[in-house]
Amino acid sequence: MSELDIAGGLPISLDISKYMRKTRGGKIKTATKSKSDFAIKMTIFVLLTLTVYGFATFDYKNIDMARAAIGTWNNVKVLFGQPRLTYSTWGATLHALLVTFFLGALATIFGAIIAFFGALLCARNIANPYVASMTKSFVAFIRAVPTILWVLIFTVAAGLGSVAAVIGLTFHSAGYLIKAYAEAIEEVEEGTIEALKACGAGFWQIVFQAIVPSSISRMTAWTFLRFEINFTNALAVGAAAGVGGIGFDLYMAGNHYFDLRELGFITYVVVAAVIFLEMIATRIKATVR
Amino acid sequence: MSDEKMDIKTEKAPRPQDQTSVFVKRKRTFTLALLGVAVLFAVSAAVTEYDVIGGFESIPRAVSWMAQHFIPDAKAWSRLPYILSKLVETALMSVAVTVCAGICAFFFSLFGTKTTKTDPLIARIVRIVAAFFRNVPDVVWAMLLLFSFGQNILTGFFALFFSTFGMLTRTFIETIDEVSASCVEALYATGATSLQTVFHGVIPSSLPEIISWILYMIETNIRSSTLIGILTATGIGYLFDLYYKRMDYSSASLVVISIVILVIAIEILSNKIRKVIM
Amino acid sequence: MVRPVSIINIETVVHMPILEFKNVSKIYDNTTKALTDVSFSVDEGEFVSIIGPSGSGKSTILRCINRLVDVTQGSIMFDGHDINRADKKEIRQVRKKIGMIFQHYNLVERLSVIENVLHGRLGYKSAISGIVSGYTEEEKEKAFQILAMLGLTEQAYKRCDELSGGQKQRVGIARSLMQEPRLLLCDEPIASLDPGSSKVIMDHLRVINETMKITCIANLHQVSVAMRYAKRIIGITSGQIMYDGSPDELTKSKIYEIYQSDEGELITDVR
Repeated sequence: MSELDIAGGLPISLDISKYMRKTRGGKIKTATKSKSDFAIKMTIFVLLTLTVYGFATFDYKNIDMARAAIGTWNNVKVLFGQPRLTYSTWGATLHALLVTFFLGALATIFGAIIAFFGALLCARNIANPYVASMTKSFVAFIRAVPTILWVLIFTVAAGLGSVAAVIGLTFHSAGYLIKAYAEAIEEVEEGTIEALKACGAGFWQIVFQAIVPSSISRMTAWTFLRFEINFTNALAVGAAAGVGGIGFDLYMAGNHYFDLRELGFITYVVVAAVIFLEMIATRIKATVR
Repeated sequence: MSDEKMDIKTEKAPRPQDQTSVFVKRKRTFTLALLGVAVLFAVSAAVTEYDVIGGFESIPRAVSWMAQHFIPDAKAWSRLPYILSKLVETALMSVAVTVCAGICAFFFSLFGTKTTKTDPLIARIVRIVAAFFRNVPDVVWAMLLLFSFGQNILTGFFALFFSTFGMLTRTFIETIDEVSASCVEALYATGATSLQTVFHGVIPSSLPEIISWILYMIETNIRSSTLIGILTATGIGYLFDLYYKRMDYSSASLVVISIVILVIAIEILSNKIRKVIM
Repeated sequence: MVRPVSIINIETVVHMPILEFKNVSKIYDNTTKALTDVSFSVDEGEFVSIIGPSGSGKSTILRCINRLVDVTQGSIMFDGHDINRADKKEIRQVRKKIGMIFQHYNLVERLSVIENVLHGRLGYKSAISGIVSGYTEEEKEKAFQILAMLGLTEQAYKRCDELSGGQKQRVGIARSLMQEPRLLLCDEPIASLDPGSSKVIMDHLRVINETMKITCIANLHQVSVAMRYAKRIIGITSGQIMYDGSPDELTKSKIYEIYQSDEGELITDVR
């Protein structure tokens, strides 16, 4: 029958063909029929279709791709190869970097404080389920509005400046940290909380005697991770909303002075800062794992 | 006789100072941390010229302003078709960027994982390149590309492409190493080649998580492209900026509402998909 | 006319051992000595069990055989091939003939049982047909026959993550059998299984060894199981062979020497 021989001559008396599934052509099938595989194939198909449709319908505005690509390459060479400050100074750039840095810090501090209380409302192991789902929906709404829009909205009410930026940044900062803190709180062992409840401890006592000590290290780790993101956000917001900081310098160099070399210099500073923060974040992630 | 008993007792009982030292230490760390944060706060406020009181005052002011002015009116509703078309444009762009970046990132990440037996030096280079693309913020790419591509949808596309590519490469490398390490070992032991192992081991085991990450990045990119859109004058971000600068806040609010609905819809859809495929 | 006839006395034909370790040493990262001067040989059809404490080098020995791990010193001969000197192509040929089962089964959990079993054929497939799953109908039928032998026909189309531990290990065995191996390596095959499933697996291994004449080398940390199923025991401690012989001659004191513990400290001592 077949060249393969599973030697040994063991008697196989079952009619194994009744276990085989065959295609219409008579070939034996090998794949499972699972909902999961179908969903994966559908998702991939839909995404690819949308991508193709997207490319077909973009308004390219008669762009000359070749020229743009060559232009980009030349610009990249200048940007990364000849950085030089013209309109700004070393000191001013450093100051701008610190401004962005501290904008991120403020957003992180405010976000952490709000998130601490918010997480207590959200965590499944200590919160009222109705309150928890309300809070989660509210947070989802807040996070659905892009940060830049929050900042611009608050600029109208609070004027252009760091107040609008910080408050705008805090929205997503708090939203992200609420989710992260809630996760950390939910990881606290049920036994610990149960034991304190049995002793008759009140809510806040349980929080500070059991939950905080167990989850504080993870919460601190998440907070540092969020700070890295807040720094990048503060940068982006500075560029788009004119709030100040190194992002704003970036915008000025690019869209106002049209100076590629200054843009390159600032890019180096930004990239160095981001890499620095990333290294700290990786180290922190390692200690949490 | 009773003195003897007392002596034995005091000898065995731990001294009170040792017992409370843990609490003293904890209190000290706590106060130190609190002090550190307070100092950071003060320095931050000073450097950024942050008006703390003004900050708190502005919140109720902003809320009342939003309640009064940041609401769509009839004029805003008449613009709805245009807003929706821009929204669709932004959404399609996010999907296209993420899908393209995802495909490129997947191929690239195969060279960075331990599962494909690539030369360790090449793997390191792959990781470093991915880190570079990941760490340069999309805003920077956008600024650079504005010079040569101008205010075109492709500017935003490529800006998001590079940062998404870097992020997804890093993520995929982690996923592949974590999920497929064990079955890959078995496949090599049967005599399969690297390519066969990728198709029969790596892809089937890591595909669900890869798709999950792509869905997540689509969501993130919609929000990022709002900001990039302001800089490149394309998409829904441009529309918001337009109305905002004209002080047509009611139209701007409709833009925000439509963005919120889109993002939440995608989030719900993504979660449903994740539940099925994982 | 008398035609010359050559007489071959079969008894005097020298048989080569199927596997030979000669002074093999393995050092990880220039610091950890996993194996030191390990030498032994295995004849075709033997059932060998390697015992020893955790970290003694049992897994390293198995992985050196099919070169999942490279040897630092010494040589390994399998069926006439020098494992260390073999290039990529030859290693593939060698691995085709060596099946391996793992403590954690190492299956592609999201694929069906039958797909996982057919993975055993990948070593025989050319690059392209291997990628597009170009398995022949004969191969698929043979896969079903192997499943029938192991009692898994009803699970053929189930996803592997729906199976129990014992069933998963049987899928692993089926995958190895698809390779038509000459040698079967078992890395702690029953360490994650309950006693009932463990017996099923060990019985299957015994049948495979005795009826299909496939040489078996199994790492086991349960000494009693090793002594019951294997015809030959190799005891390893800290990368060096402490015992190499039949289970009958494995005395209690020898066991303590291998595990470097005193009487009463091993679970096997517990009554």
